[in-house]
Amino acid sequence: MLNVRNLTVNLGRQTILENLTLTAQVGQITAVVGPSGAGKSTLLAALTGDLSFDGSVTLNGHDIARTSTTRLAEIRAVLPQATPMSFPFTVLEVVRMGRIHKTMNNRMASEALTRVGLHGFEGRFYQELSGGEQQRVQLARVLVQVWEPVAQGSSRWLFLDEPVSSLDIGHQLQVMRIIQDFAVRGGGVVMVMHDLNLTAMCADSVILLSNKMVMHQGSPRDTFRDDLLSSAYGCKIAVNRAPEDGMFLLPQVACAAS
Amino acid sequence: MPTAEQISPATVCDGDRSATTRRIVWLLGALLAASMIVALATGSAGTSLWQALSDVLQGRELSLRDRVVLLDIRAPRVLMGCLVGAALAVSGAVLQGLFRNPLADPGIVGVSAGASLGAVGAIVLGGALVVWTVPVSAFLGAWITTILLYRVATRRGRTSVATMLLAGIALTAFAMALTGILVYVADDTQLRDFTFWTMGSLAGSTWSKIYVAGPIIAIPLLLTPFLAKGLNGLTLGEAAAGHIGIRVQRLKACAVLIVAAATGAAVAVSGGIGFVGIVVPHLLRLASGPDHRYLLINSALLGAALLVMADLICRVIIAPAELPIGIVTAVIGAPFFLWILLRQRGIVDL
Ligand SMILES: Nc1ncnc2c1ncn2[C@@H]1O[C@H](COP(=O)(O)OP(=O)(O)OP(=O)(O)O)[C@@H](O)[C@H]1O
Ligand SMILES: [Mg+2]
Repeated sequence: MLNVRNLTVNLGRQTILENLTLTAQVGQITAVVGPSGAGKSTLLAALTGDLSFDGSVTLNGHDIARTSTTRLAEIRAVLPQATPMSFPFTVLEVVRMGRIHKTMNNRMASEALTRVGLHGFEGRFYQELSGGEQQRVQLARVLVQVWEPVAQGSSRWLFLDEPVSSLDIGHQLQVMRIIQDFAVRGGGVVMVMHDLNLTAMCADSVILLSNKMVMHQGSPRDTFRDDLLSSAYGCKIAVNRAPEDGMFLLPQVACAAS
Repeated sequence: MPTAEQISPATVCDGDRSATTRRIVWLLGALLAASMIVALATGSAGTSLWQALSDVLQGRELSLRDRVVLLDIRAPRVLMGCLVGAALAVSGAVLQGLFRNPLADPGIVGVSAGASLGAVGAIVLGGALVVWTVPVSAFLGAWITTILLYRVATRRGRTSVATMLLAGIALTAFAMALTGILVYVADDTQLRDFTFWTMGSLAGSTWSKIYVAGPIIAIPLLLTPFLAKGLNGLTLGEAAAGHIGIRVQRLKACAVLIVAAATGAAVAVSGGIGFVGIVVPHLLRLASGPDHRYLLINSALLGAALLVMADLICRVIIAPAELPIGIVTAVIGAPFFLWILLRQRGIVDL
């Protein structure tokens, strides 16, 4: 379980996040949503130990500030929003970096690539791929890092920053299925999302971030309410129910300002 | 846009280049051995290595002249060429990995200038009394420059190519200005030594210099394989490298120390030999990819072989006079550097 209490992040003289308290459960997908600039990436950077912060963040009961880099790498993998690379590595070599300290054969890497829909891309140069293909190669790298259970049985975690934002709808669904599969097999997932419809479809828990704070955390059904979303995003949003308990969102034409 | 080395070697079908690369290690090893033998056998003194070898094998005494030429002049010089070439090429490769940027080279980004300043400081301020002071103060000069450079050019784990190159220019200018002041107070003998030395030469190689510089170069070179995986991971960026379990701060500190020691000692014994550090790793990345587990060892082998051959050219081309080796490497290396820059221009937003 991921437990965040009274998290405050300052960058320079600016307070980016103030006094956040939230949780994420193993076996669930926790989505972080909110308008651009709300601090979603900053929150993820704090949770993965890249930024210094005030407050406490514990992963599986251990304070992440006091856990070693190597130990953290065993139980959690992180997918950045974009990963430019400066040397001409092949796709296979990039995926293998996910298990840089462990043994790994090429078959494992190929399986991960097949899983993200990049079968046969092993010998291509990473730099010559499209943005969406690069993002999926990185997803494969992140998957091989935590796909196998850890020896002591602690839960594994995936932290993803907009994993599907540069993908078409087919690949978006494919990636969401992989992530759901990971959660079903006992992993925890925290991911930043922009697409509220996809979030409503796949997430078990949603954190709505706005104005440096957590506006609401709960199931998609609880969080996606007209009033909460409209005030967070600053425009009129209507949530509609689809048959069979589904849900879809429609932004209204009139903006809140007018 | 990120820095990207735009290359299109024949597509590797399964993406795993380690088998080819291992073959290249042997090939380069053979190349190095061959160039060492040729260099030992060639020279203006007209001593024949083969004659000497057959003499020794048949139990005859070597003449004093042959013994001096082969063992006290050519052998230390060839060995020094290997050490310096390996040191410069590996320093380049490590620096490029550290900056995630194929244009980093100890000579271009000011590390060599810092080392020169240290070395000249030791010579002029009288510290040359003890043999160790010149390479050690060259190491300190290189170390301080590398740290300054990294501080200036890298923000939040990202290096800007433009800032790195411009900072290199500023650091080089500053170090050279200080060196100039030191030269101003130097006496005539110091000055003459200094002039030949700044052009870069292996001419003064002796066994005693090898005993001093050898360990300072060899120890860091032997440690570089431990950095290889870390440097591979660092290509993903500093944050992502940390996420896959690389201790980034420690890696960077080690890389800087290794570059400073190897460059410092190389500059202390041979002066300004430029461009080895950029040409060698770049060629190897074209041939066998950027995996540092092979790139570092291959750089050492190819750097050593190239410098031994370049030194051979210097010795024979205008024999019995000699060309400073720094001129030869610059004549070949500078156009090469421009070529890399041109290829990058389209995709790198300097
Ligand atoms: N290094 C920094 N120094 C100061 N402010 C920063 C820094 N990095 C980000 N910010 C600010 O912090 C806020 C949150 O940024 P963050 O990247 O977390 O937003 P985000 O929610 O991920 O946005 P997006 O959806 O566009 O990715 C923004 O207002 C941004 O300008
Ligand atoms: Mg973001």
